Amino acid sequence: MKKAIIIIPAYNEEKNIAGVINGIKNVIPDADILVVNDGGEDRTEEIVRGLGEQVISLPYNMGYGVALQTGFKYALKKEYEYAVQIDADGQHDPGDIPKLLDEVFNNKADVIIGSRFLDKGNYRAPFIRRVGMLFFAKLTSLIIGEKITDPTSGYQAINKHGLQFYAGDYYPVDFPDADVIIMLHRAGLKIKEIPVIMYPSVQGKSMHSGLKPVYYIFKMFLSIFVTLLRKAEI
Amino acid sequence: MPIRQKIFALIAAIALCIFIVEMVRRKKLREEYSWLWLITSLGIIILVIWYDLLVFITRMIGAALPTTTLFVFGLLFLLLIALHYSVKISSLTDQVRNLAQKIAILQSELDERRAENREQKSEVGGQRSEVRELGAESGELRAGSGEKHHESTK
Repeated sequence: MKKAIIIIPAYNEEKNIAGVINGIKNVIPDADILVVNDGGEDRTEEIVRGLGEQVISLPYNMGYGVALQTGFKYALKKEYEYAVQIDADGQHDPGDIPKLLDEVFNNKADVIIGSRFLDKGNYRAPFIRRVGMLFFAKLTSLIIGEKITDPTSGYQAINKHGLQFYAGDYYPVDFPDADVIIMLHRAGLKIKEIPVIMYPSVQGKSMHSGLKPVYYIFKMFLSIFVTLLRKAEI
Repeated sequence: MPIRQKIFALIAAIALCIFIVEMVRRKKLREEYSWLWLITSLGIIILVIWYDLLVFITRMIGAALPTTTLFVFGLLFLLLIALHYSVKISSLTDQVRNLAQKIAILQSELDERRAENREQKSEVGGQRSEVRELGAESGELRAGSGEKHHESTK
């Protein structure tokens, strides 16, 4: 197997993390797994160490994107050729990892996005959220001239080119989302979607709650707008 | 401009000037940030002494009263300073993020190295005990807990 690392950003996920790691090991027994503990104060780190997996702990909570980027930086430093990012809350089915990896191994694209809407996905989200997701999916597809159905997906496989971009300073660490895909496209990287299975978050706590959707929509518009203003090469 | 106003403005501007220089001297404020404030206080002093300049500016920007000019420029100045801070905070945030990531990665590597070292040391120490272990192994295996025992010696 080619050198790939599975990156799991986790913030206070002591209840789910073991399940996710064991799920991955069931699919790929010799997988290199890295958990990035985002300054959480629960037993996530202990549990991961107990399972014998690598863990990096950020000194304080810095958000999903920063944790993820830490993983990418680590992967580059350790000269991994490929990486898979998967959520720690059990939303993503580890069974899809080989499918995602196969696509990057075969050079189908630099970034493979696991989409919950492509095909017969069984994902159900609140109506407003679905509308927002659909809107940004359409907007992204329009801008990059390629069909994207799930730009919010945090379930991706990337190759070295993708890693280098994700570890750079242009990567929007507060909400890596639709804007990332447009940035990737502008940087000349190839993106491809494949269908995956996603479950509603086990814990029920979502990144998008309270006033956050409003900020999210505003930030996404702004980010996409300034990305388009920048010169194409990054 | 009434003389009282003039005296008050002058005293305030000079006090500000002295205060800033003192802060820089005591290294509480970096030179980098002090120049903006120093220029402001100098501007106030100039306008107090040279009232006609203020009147001229007032006419130029189309304001009715010299006071308005002062307020407008005061607000503009504060706005610029706030913007300057936002820019600074943005770059500091980036720096803090990069630092935190770097520290976290280095820490994990350090832990790894230490664990390796410990393993090596215990291996060297363990070689002697291995002879004993080998002798014990046959007995252990019969007891069926050979694997467990092996792990605990690591």
